[in-house]
Amino acid sequence: MENLYIEQSSLSSLKKGECGKICGISAGCNSRSRLCELGLNKGVLVKIVKNDIGPLILNIQGHKLAIGKGLASKIIIER
Amino acid sequence: MDTIALVGNPNSGKTTLFNAITGSNQHVGNWPGVTVEKKEGKVKYNNKEYNIVDLPGTYSLGAFSEDEIVARDFILKGNPDVVINVIDATNIERNLYLTAQLIEMGTKVVLALNMMDEAKAKNIEIDLDKLSKELGVPIVATIASKKQGIQDLLKSATEYINYEKMIKPFTYTERIKNELESIMPLLSDSEYIYPKNWLAIKILEKDKEIINYIDKNGTENLKNKVNEIQSIDSDLELEIIDNRYNFVGDILSHSVKRPAEDQLSLTDKIDKIVTDKFWGIPIFGLIMFIVFQLTFTIGEGFLGGLVEGLIGTLGKYVEEVLLNISAPTLLTSFIIDGIFGGVGAVLVFVPLIVVLYFFLGILEDTGYMARAAYVMDGIMRKLGLHGKTFISMIIGFGCNVPGIMATRTLENKKDRMIAILINPFMSCGARIPIYMLFIAAFFPNNGGLVLFSLYLLGIIMALVVGKIFSKTLFKGESSDFIMELPPYRLPSITSVLRNMWDKVWDFLHRAGTVIFVVVSLLWVLSILPYGVEPSSQGSYLGKIGTVVAPIFKPAGFGSWQAAVSLFSGIAAKEAVVGVLGMVYAAGSSDPSALAVELQSIFTPLTAVSFMVMVLFYTPCAATIATVKKETNSYKWAIFISIYTFIIGWISAVLVYQVGTLLGF
Repeated sequence: MENLYIEQSSLSSLKKGECGKICGISAGCNSRSRLCELGLNKGVLVKIVKNDIGPLILNIQGHKLAIGKGLASKIIIER
Repeated sequence: MDTIALVGNPNSGKTTLFNAITGSNQHVGNWPGVTVEKKEGKVKYNNKEYNIVDLPGTYSLGAFSEDEIVARDFILKGNPDVVINVIDATNIERNLYLTAQLIEMGTKVVLALNMMDEAKAKNIEIDLDKLSKELGVPIVATIASKKQGIQDLLKSATEYINYEKMIKPFTYTERIKNELESIMPLLSDSEYIYPKNWLAIKILEKDKEIINYIDKNGTENLKNKVNEIQSIDSDLELEIIDNRYNFVGDILSHSVKRPAEDQLSLTDKIDKIVTDKFWGIPIFGLIMFIVFQLTFTIGEGFLGGLVEGLIGTLGKYVEEVLLNISAPTLLTSFIIDGIFGGVGAVLVFVPLIVVLYFFLGILEDTGYMARAAYVMDGIMRKLGLHGKTFISMIIGFGCNVPGIMATRTLENKKDRMIAILINPFMSCGARIPIYMLFIAAFFPNNGGLVLFSLYLLGIIMALVVGKIFSKTLFKGESSDFIMELPPYRLPSITSVLRNMWDKVWDFLHRAGTVIFVVVSLLWVLSILPYGVEPSSQGSYLGKIGTVVAPIFKPAGFGSWQAAVSLFSGIAAKEAVVGVLGMVYAAGSSDPSALAVELQSIFTPLTAVSFMVMVLFYTPCAATIATVKKETNSYKWAIFISIYTFIIGWISAVLVYQVGTLLGF
């Protein structure tokens, strides 16, 4: 229970303007490598640009990525 | 001749760099922004000529999608002497993942650190020396859009060809090392076309292509080992990915510094509006409407009239000359009816197509297309389709062949098959002449609107049919949506003009070959048997048409001429106009005569049902051949030819019958 004081949640639960650091990805190998090659892996900081209807838009170091809600829910982040 | 290959992420400026290196010395025009097949060009450096190959933009060299396999196969089997890896310096963290894979493959890599001006503007500091040393590759800073660093890059790349490869041992974790050591001995007793180290890694990653390859070419021992690895569900693949990522991460932490927070850029401001949950789709619709309206106004109203006048004048002049030298009637008929009436009728529409390509090229170059796919994803998903399908659809507006080839970026077989099968409903540039002809004859005041409605109808049909396919032929989940939204850029005039010119050339080339041949062939049929009145029902052409025509009677255009023109359209869509010009406006070299003639044969209602038929029915031969090539099956090529015809016919009949009932 070491992580008790760090709030963990899925990327899809973040709201517009919120930031988080990726701490885990609970997806299969294919999705995992896809995410990785597009710059989403452990330790990466992401900012939510848009999360209403449709895919989320993320800002990763100034670059924008659109990602489906299903996939986003498999990305675990800590705030 | 030595070969230099260019690889890099999409939007890294790879194609701009390719253009900057090769100048005008290249062939194969492609749809703007999308290198679907590899492009080739040549460059002379230090009195030696080099072959430059531009590979499709990819994020990785896995085997998920078709374009990745094209790039990977070329690097491994095409044996380029050196590979230039184009990197977007503002996004170096992500771009280096591909570099890591190239290094792992054992390729001779030179990094072109591109867009250095933008990186500087964003205060990103990159220590080139350190980066080069740690990665073990030469690095050259470039700004492709301003043609800076090109000579240095060529120097570095061409020199590297003759040097030994710089070696940076790719470090693996203990576990991966142990596994590799258990595979390597099994690889040693046979020869493979792939580097063995790389092969071993790919076996551990359970790469589908490589497993198939081993199945065919491996020794028994190796196959057993591969089966063993496949049967164990370990997280070794993930460890390999992480290993690669950490390799990059470590190096970057030493050599790249970037400011903590990026400011709200212009891109963010524009995106806020165009990806808005309410306004996104209406804005996309408005943009497309403006494009078609402008295309219509500039292409037809202004430029089209110019070309029409030119062809008309030339035709009259040639007619007079032929009369003066009392040329044989047969020759006169061929030149006036066949060439001017047929091919000339098609050429009148060149300006229109050019203008459409110009605007679509601008949309593509600015980066808006990705946003269009984004806003459409919601609707697409409800229909069981993948958001990216929409990009291949928009490309299909230009031509269905690159549209179908663009489906290669879809990873999932189901998504890709549907995207291929619905692409022909996207009304391509070659169909415009047909619409324009009927618009000029029947709807001269609402041209833009009619054109836009037809395109919209095409999109709707594609979506409806896509939905049906996803419920019947191709069930299952769509793959996840994940796509980069590149920063907006001002389109470069040279690249837009170059792409436009490629299209014009392609169009003129077709007018001079396929369309000319089809029209000539039909002209011969129209004057035989000997002595018959040319282009009359008694000619062979008329007889063939008469047999087929009744099929189209319920749709309101049961004339033998319409039937013949539709069938010739399967060779190339422009031929429809060519044939109508030949059979209806025989004896006249003036392109505007055809529109007048059509007014006495079609009604506004049958004009609409004919246009709907043209929109949906069997795609052209080039498209059918592409479907065969991309699906690797005759079955789907035949399927697409027939089902589209049925849909076209039913729709045209519906339009005519319902329209008649409503009293149009």
